[in-house]
Amino acid sequence: MRSGLEATRTRPATEPGAAPLLQMKRISISFPGVKALDAVDFQAAAGAAHALIGANGAGKSTLMKVLSGAYSHYEGEIWLDGRQVNIRSPKEAKDLGIQIVYQEVDTALIPNLSVGENIMLDRMVHDMGGRQVIRWNGLHQEAEAVLARMNIRVPSRKLVSELTLAEKQMVLIARAVSKQCRILVLDEPTAPLSHSETEQLFKLVRKLKEDGVAIIFISHRLPELYEICDDITIMRDGRHVVSQRIADIAQPKVVEHMLGAKMEQQFPHIEREIGQVAFEARSLHDPGKVQHVDFHIRKGEIVGLAGLVGAGKTELCRAVFGASSTSTGEISLNGKRLRISSPHDAVRQGIALVPEERRREGVFVEESVSANLTASVLSRFTKWGSWLSFGKEKQAARDMIDQLGIKTPNEKARVKNLSGGNQQKVAIGKWLLADADVYIFDEPTKGVDVGAKRDIFQLVAELAKRGKSVLYASSELSEIVGITDRVYIMYDGAITKELDTRASTEEEILLYCTGGGLT
Amino acid sequence: MNTAKPLKEKPAASFAFDFLYKYGTLITVAVLILVFGTVADSFLSTSNIINILRSISIVTIIAVGLTVSLSVGGFDLSVGSTATLANALVISMFVWHGQQIGIGIGLTLLICLAVGLINAFLVINFKIDDMLMTLATMFIFQGVAMTYTRGATISQNMIMPSGDFATGKIPTAFEKIGQVPWIIVIMVLVVLIVHLFLTYTKHGRYMYMIGGNREAAALSGIPVSRYRLIAYLVSALFATIGGIILGARVMTAEVNSGGPYLMDAVAAAFIGYSVFGAGKPNALGTFVGAVLIGILQNGLIMLSVPYYAMDIVKGSVLALALALTYYRKRK
Repeated sequence: MRSGLEATRTRPATEPGAAPLLQMKRISISFPGVKALDAVDFQAAAGAAHALIGANGAGKSTLMKVLSGAYSHYEGEIWLDGRQVNIRSPKEAKDLGIQIVYQEVDTALIPNLSVGENIMLDRMVHDMGGRQVIRWNGLHQEAEAVLARMNIRVPSRKLVSELTLAEKQMVLIARAVSKQCRILVLDEPTAPLSHSETEQLFKLVRKLKEDGVAIIFISHRLPELYEICDDITIMRDGRHVVSQRIADIAQPKVVEHMLGAKMEQQFPHIEREIGQVAFEARSLHDPGKVQHVDFHIRKGEIVGLAGLVGAGKTELCRAVFGASSTSTGEISLNGKRLRISSPHDAVRQGIALVPEERRREGVFVEESVSANLTASVLSRFTKWGSWLSFGKEKQAARDMIDQLGIKTPNEKARVKNLSGGNQQKVAIGKWLLADADVYIFDEPTKGVDVGAKRDIFQLVAELAKRGKSVLYASSELSEIVGITDRVYIMYDGAITKELDTRASTEEEILLYCTGGGLT
Repeated sequence: MNTAKPLKEKPAASFAFDFLYKYGTLITVAVLILVFGTVADSFLSTSNIINILRSISIVTIIAVGLTVSLSVGGFDLSVGSTATLANALVISMFVWHGQQIGIGIGLTLLICLAVGLINAFLVINFKIDDMLMTLATMFIFQGVAMTYTRGATISQNMIMPSGDFATGKIPTAFEKIGQVPWIIVIMVLVVLIVHLFLTYTKHGRYMYMIGGNREAAALSGIPVSRYRLIAYLVSALFATIGGIILGARVMTAEVNSGGPYLMDAVAAAFIGYSVFGAGKPNALGTFVGAVLIGILQNGLIMLSVPYYAMDIVKGSVLALALALTYYRKRK
């Protein structure tokens, strides 16, 4: 099965004459109203990690779904080991050893079952044969063996619901490789992971590479790709742009290919004036989440909130916004003490929050773009008391769509049909209409493509220029360094350090984030 | 602006399905009218049409209340019990206590709104699934109504526990509420008002948003608890109106009189999801759902289908409507 492995491992996928493990030729697929893939070529070699990158909506995920058999109506050919194969269902893909780990780990695992049961899930479903009774000891032994082989330290009998996000992902990968696995697709595996968890994942990926598995790695984080991948394929607008060895292409060039135009300065430089303290939080506390935190934001200032995943940034944002029922502390705006016991109170008093979990907390996927944009300020689009004024709403929505460059057919399109970056623009646009005094952004660029990221940075800077106070929470330290004026560093629920961004570096901030540098 | 390239034509099957999804329920209604109209001559007579409208009015009013509770992502299973309680209260006000029509109806509304208040309080504060919580309160209020009437039917000239005859009279003006045209007028008004409320006011918009994504609604600054409270109050209000009209129509208060309306109301509201492809609870759709059930019931009786087989047909129609709605959702 793995003959020819040695030969392919040393050769890049693009070198002429090499026989890559996987070849996808001229793959096209259409959905009602959209041509998602247009004659895309893709290949991956055994024992190598292949980065697949592109802006949101470029077709990476669609291409991988074709490979994993999620769609049956594509055109084009898929070749495996130099033989043409017919993949039209997930089962056919799995039988050929093609495994995919999707971004949303929670949808792929069953939380109320143990780790072992989840790993052995397919086998319990398909390979039980005539047996009706499960041999628990055997099952857990087998699962433990798989985990041990992968160096994953998670007990097989633990419930999946008790695992951290990173552990869940490991379990998913263990499940994928517990079966025949020749091609492993990882769709944005590092997005929710912290620094050390990412390292852990990479160790696992390197191990799989050594075993001769072809890894296809989808990610928005460029430095990571350089760290772990051998080859790179860039897609744009449903088309293949370029494939080559990743070492031969520089980061700016990758971004350029993704965007299709020369990338300009990523972070906007807008001159702005920083005024006096506008927002102040004193002794903000939420048991077990936020530990007696003090901070302030000036008018026109962008204040970063840095910290690793799980440091309490999201919890702090929610506490300020009144979204936590257990938080205590004093919050004042322009010298006036605010009483905030619910997000409703916060919004009324001029605070806006763009939450981290976009689909769950930020947008209404079943509603139209315009309904989403006006959600927090609907009272402004009424006449005679509560009567909706659809004309006014439409105008405001169209203006906002133009202003933010939201890619949507019109203002009536449902938000669920937009790409991630555009959904995020809608989530932000909602608060631009609201015209608050304090804007809190919680990981605003999560799962967003490079182009949309730049738009978001621009927006944040413009808000500050208009004299707003901005709190920018992110675990992307390059963003913190690039956009903020001052940064608070959170570790274990407390603010452990305050730095002037200009006098600091990414490395220094990371040091404090990991709990170092403090005596 | 959009990078997606639109295709010129849609696959025919998908187009046909979209059409069916949007107009399937209405087509079914039209086909039923056509079939029943040809088979039974009297089906399309004015008196029979009025008869159908009258027969669905109470279900419609209760179902519209239920629709409002559904719009915030809730599910008020206690509407049947609330109607029973309202029926018992309003008749007892007249028969036992000899009250004026205004006071009788007013007090009934007031007491039954407390039902909505209790539902909302339990659902919002204990974070229990709406359907489970109202299942519990359904039993409670059914029991309250039965305890109040001591398990007996209330009617004029009934024998009281003391052995005397009840002396109270049901006002003739009250009787009118349960008769044509008023019963139909009230139904149409209820449907229209709720339709306008849900579609054209900010409150309706908020309710749909809460129903669509409660967390996002809260984080958008919408006072979620307040609107859920309002939804349960509205639901109880319309269940009460339904119960009062029921009382006016039959002039008695029987044990668990409102109970049977619950399932018909649920069916009407869910059939309503598929009308015009709305995909969400809506008052006009609920009305169409009730009409569909009413026509079926009426027409099948005319075709001498026995009453005991009726539920089979009703259930099948509901299954069909649900299949349409949920098949679409999955896509």
